[in-house]
Parts: sequence; C-alpha cells; structure tokens
Amino acid sequence: MGEMEQMKKEAEALKTQIEAARKAAHDTDMASAASGVAPAPRVQLKTRRTLKGHLAKIYAMHWCTDNRLMVSASQDGKLLIWDSHTGNKVNAVPLKSSWVMTCAYAPSGNLVASGGLDNMCTVYNLKTPVIKTVKELDAHTGYLSCARFLSDTEILTSSGDTTCVLWDLETGKQKTVFLNHVGDCMCLSLSPDMNSFVSGACDSLAKLWDIRDGQCKQTFQGHTSDINAISFYPSGNAIITGSDDCTCKMYDIRADQEVISYQDAALNSGVTSLDLSASGRLIFAGYDDFNCNIWDSLKGEKVGVLSGHDNRVSCTGVPGDGMCVCTGSWDSFLKIWN
Amino acid sequence: MPVINVEDLTDLDKAKMEVTQLKIEVKLERAKVSKCCEEISEYIQSGADEDPLVKGIPEEKNPFKEKGGCVIC
Repeated sequence: MGEMEQMKKEAEALKTQIEAARKAAHDTDMASAASGVAPAPRVQLKTRRTLKGHLAKIYAMHWCTDNRLMVSASQDGKLLIWDSHTGNKVNAVPLKSSWVMTCAYAPSGNLVASGGLDNMCTVYNLKTPVIKTVKELDAHTGYLSCARFLSDTEILTSSGDTTCVLWDLETGKQKTVFLNHVGDCMCLSLSPDMNSFVSGACDSLAKLWDIRDGQCKQTFQGHTSDINAISFYPSGNAIITGSDDCTCKMYDIRADQEVISYQDAALNSGVTSLDLSASGRLIFAGYDDFNCNIWDSLKGEKVGVLSGHDNRVSCTGVPGDGMCVCTGSWDSFLKIWN
Repeated sequence: MPVINVEDLTDLDKAKMEVTQLKIEVKLERAKVSKCCEEISEYIQSGADEDPLVKGIPEEKNPFKEKGGCVIC
C-alpha cells in the first residue's frame, strides 16, 4: 500500500473513532435542552442612522471599544471612521489598494488595520497629527480576509493562503503561523480571554487554535460550504458560524460538536456575516438576500429581520455594550438599528 | 519562525498533516451536550435582563434616538 493510501486509511479510522465519541456525548441538542425556556420576544428594531459616504460596496466594519466610533472599509479605496452617535465622519484613510476585504479597530482606539487582495495587512495610527501608515505586514501568499488586534503590539490575520498568522507589530514580522486548514481562511474570532481564537474556512471547517503554542486544538464539522463568518460566544464556551450553505450553527467547545443549526427552508442565500447581542440570546446574521435575520440562539427560531438595504449585507457588528447593531452593505450604506 | 510556503505542500504533506491533527483530536474529552447546553442556557438567561437588544432601550437612554426637532431656548 502506498504512503498516501496508508494515510487515507488512518485518517478514516481516526474520523470514525471521533464521530463515535461525539455521538456518545450527544444526549440531546440545544433546542430540546432549552424547551423550557420562554421564547425570545419578537424583535423589531428601527433604523436609527443611515451612514452615507462610501462610493462603492462596503466589505467590512468594526466597532471601537468606546462603543461609539467605528471603522468601515469599501472598495472605493477608503476606510472611514464614523461617530455613530452623530452620524459624522471623523476620519478618512485613503488605501493604497482599493481591493479591501477587512478592517479592524485596535482595542486602544489608537490604530486601525485593513487588507484584501493586496495580500497585506496595513496598520495605521489614527492619533498622529496626520494619519500615518505604521506597518505593512507582508508575508501572506493569498488575500487577507480578516484581521483582529490583540493589542497595539499584536494582530491576528486570516488569509486565502489557508493560514492564519499572529504578527508582532513592533518588528512587522510573523510570530506564529497557524496552518491546518485546506481551504481559504475567511474569518476569525478571538476568545474573550484572548488565549485562543477560532477560524472558519472554505474547507467548510471551523478550527480552534491556542494562540501561544500555535496548535490547532479542535475541528468543527457540519457545514457543507464555505464558512464566511464566525464568532465566539460571550461565555467563551461556544462558537457561532455562518456559511454559504445558508445556515448558521452553534458548536459547543467542551462537547466538541454542533448543538443547533439556524436554518429555514425558505432561506436560500448564503450567510456573509454575523454578530451576537450582549447576552448571546440573539444572533444577527447578514445574508446575500439583502436582509439581516435575527435568530433566537437557544430555540433556533427566527425572531426578526432587518430589511432596508438594497444589496447584499456584507458585514454586521454589535458594539461591546450591546446597544445597537450595525449592518454594512454592497449598497454602500451602513445602518444602525436598535 | 520560518515562513511556511503553503504552495510547496504536496498532497502527501497535507494527508500527513490531517492524520497528525486527528491523532490530537481523538484524545479529546467530550462533555455531554445536555450539560453544555444547560450552562449556555443559564449564562444567557442570567444576562438577558441586561441585554439592551432583548429588553428594549427606553427612548431617553437611547444614544441613537432620532435627532431632530427644534428647541427654542
């Protein structure tokens, strides 16, 4: 038997063992376990702000930790920093490459980052008299799909080259390369304690990683297409994913498996983005069909919808205090709802 | 940390990587789903009262309430 054949056989045997172990732990699912919980009230949110200023499709947005400022990225070649309370633009950062796919705000509020088809993550200082590029992180061999700051000195990126990377912002060099996915990495989410993160990829898998030792700890199966969106649950014990297979799923980390799927026969558009309300009760998921659907995370039922965009909802974000939800769209607008 | 060139990985390299990973994952201790779901459910319910988007936000406390209207001082 050739080495390849042998590897395949070994992999199949291990997968069978893992499935059996998961099945043994699967004594119920979330909807059944939560059957005694009162359903979440129907959620009717109003558009409170429509932020106009981008001239092309918006691909990403991220809230600042002050719960007021936010950064958005558009293929018009700009990052815009908005004051969400007034609706005013506070800053505009012109990008070298207009093919941007992600943006991020550092927890300190001092830095923002962007990246996309240029395969680079560029970091900007917002606090210098004139906004300056402080680093161009250049080592990925595929597009930059997502970036998240751990601090002003470390940033995590995910890439179409199938890896995620932890960078040192002082040296501009890679600290750790996270390699295990076999498809483009599309999204990542940091755990609340910042010791781990999860990534979602076009291999339809989500993976949990230890940030410090670089190891993949767990792999979550179930989706049948690209995972475009991922978020840690506020408790740190579960993750929510959104996929081109039109479903969102919750995976429990300690049970190492899917515990509920959020889907509807009438929904046949892919999920582009998602975020959670402050307690985790509500999931806000953006879809290709121009809507953002609101799911009761415990019951698996749709409890509301945010309609108002004239094109795909590409990004969704709830600020740290949970006071609203922001949606960004290919229609070039951002909307704030509560 | 050496730069890993992903494009240099052969199919055999990827297969070996998969087996190595599966050997790590097969050893995981898995908690019962019932216990995990109960904990998540409790976590959410204890936070639901403080969750603005679940509870609703009173108009006067809403930083995003519609602006507008004239005030004559």
